[in-house]
Amino acid sequence: MSESAVAADPEVVAYPGAQAPARRRFVDSGGLRIAVHEWGDEQAPPLLLAHGGFDFARTYDVFAPLLAAGGFRVVSWDQRGHGDSEHAALYTWDADVRDALNVLDSVCNEAIPVIGHSKGGSLLTHLADACPHRVSKLVNIDGLPSRARHPDVSEHERSRLLAKELADWLDHRRIVATAKRKPGTMADLARRRGRMNPRLSYEWLLYLVAAGAQHDADGWRWKLDPSMRFGGFGPWRPEWTLLRLPGLPVPMLGFLASVSEPMGWDTTEEILRPHLPPDAEIHTLPETGHFIHIERPHEVAERVLRFLA
Amino acid sequence: MSVLLRHGKVTLALHGLRANAPGRALLLLHGRGLRSPATVPNRVAGWAGPIWALDFTGHGASSVPFGGGYSVELLMADADAALARLGSVTLVGNGLGAYVALLLAGARPQQVHGAVLCDGPGLAGGGPRPVTPSVVRPVEKLEQAPDPFALFELARDVRPPDYATSFVRQASQLSQLDRPISVCAIERPDWLAAVVEEPGAVVTTLAEALSHYAT
Repeated sequence: MSESAVAADPEVVAYPGAQAPARRRFVDSGGLRIAVHEWGDEQAPPLLLAHGGFDFARTYDVFAPLLAAGGFRVVSWDQRGHGDSEHAALYTWDADVRDALNVLDSVCNEAIPVIGHSKGGSLLTHLADACPHRVSKLVNIDGLPSRARHPDVSEHERSRLLAKELADWLDHRRIVATAKRKPGTMADLARRRGRMNPRLSYEWLLYLVAAGAQHDADGWRWKLDPSMRFGGFGPWRPEWTLLRLPGLPVPMLGFLASVSEPMGWDTTEEILRPHLPPDAEIHTLPETGHFIHIERPHEVAERVLRFLA
Repeated sequence: MSVLLRHGKVTLALHGLRANAPGRALLLLHGRGLRSPATVPNRVAGWAGPIWALDFTGHGASSVPFGGGYSVELLMADADAALARLGSVTLVGNGLGAYVALLLAGARPQQVHGAVLCDGPGLAGGGPRPVTPSVVRPVEKLEQAPDPFALFELARDVRPPDYATSFVRQASQLSQLDRPISVCAIERPDWLAAVVEEPGAVVTTLAEALSHYAT
């Protein structure tokens, strides 16, 4: 596809196998408007699908229809500040989990299967632990914890490293009220995203721009809240998340990437093995990066549908 | 006088309890669920310079955002918005505000001229390790201060001792002060018990601490 054709008419952006959601609605989460997207028969058994950080529900436009074709009502949502959901004043892990539960409540009050990628997988693992009566099975796509730490540095250097992170973050907070995402052509946005998603095709990234960006007078911008940024700091330890796994009260299927990339978590079966609950299956897919369900949508969907059967 | 500050999508109320005095300002940071005092409290009346007090997000006259999502790090950035307005300050924090004062002293060591940590609501936070995860949704009326989301989320934030001490060490290494942290609190949650063992912290009284940082 030529870039000029796309710039002239974004409606022509298509991708093999991609289907826009069949339904879209909004859920109120403590006064915040959360956009919910659904694929498949509304009367079919539901499942919940959570996207990763800095993504949005429509990054599942290929994967979700495969699950819907397998007989499910697939319900996903844009996390606060992402996609078509409202930009919040405040963002925390607990708030994201609460939003997830509010979306789940809008579907049914039973336990249903939940599937999440990256941060979404970790959120739903937390939800399964916090509300085990609402989750029947858990699929975690490369969102299982690792023990990744900062490079080993001396105490003095560590202090200076943290100081820079803190100062950078506070400086960012000082300007965030007026921050705007950088505008560009659709091709610009696709190429920029490609830096963090080096294994995904340009055509797919362009499709994501059409689904997840808006066209302002001065160009295209991702809908993502500009107050969000990579990195950060805080008291949380990766091993605390690992400790959630042994007592996980539902069957779990975990997928792991085998190729390291910028957005990946670099978790391995070796790290996980001592922490896995009895019913867990872990599938490490060869020659696959962090976006496992985008690189291998059919294979992942088949394995998920088998696990849910 | 009070001024309104913008922090992201939140409007913060910064109150000048004694706004026009010359010298370095004292900035008061309140406890969980509280708000700034209306007048200069007796306990800090001996401070010679200006005295200001900040209402955190969702508290007092500051705005109440939708949907919660509070963290102490966010409140630290609230206090940093006041710092941007006031320049160099000495911090006096009570309870939750004491923990925030510690974080800001480590994060802005050049601008914070001493942090005084006092007792008050929310001093312990959620303890040194995560508790059983749960999803809590407030039943109280939303959109009025104190925000019910703030009340429960700021009672759950994890405060590991070694996280707290990393802020003391930063303040020690990067500020010009020999004792950037003064602890007046009687209550000693784990994080504060660790803080008082650090070379950059001393246990003292509020009056002594204010006198020390006045110079």
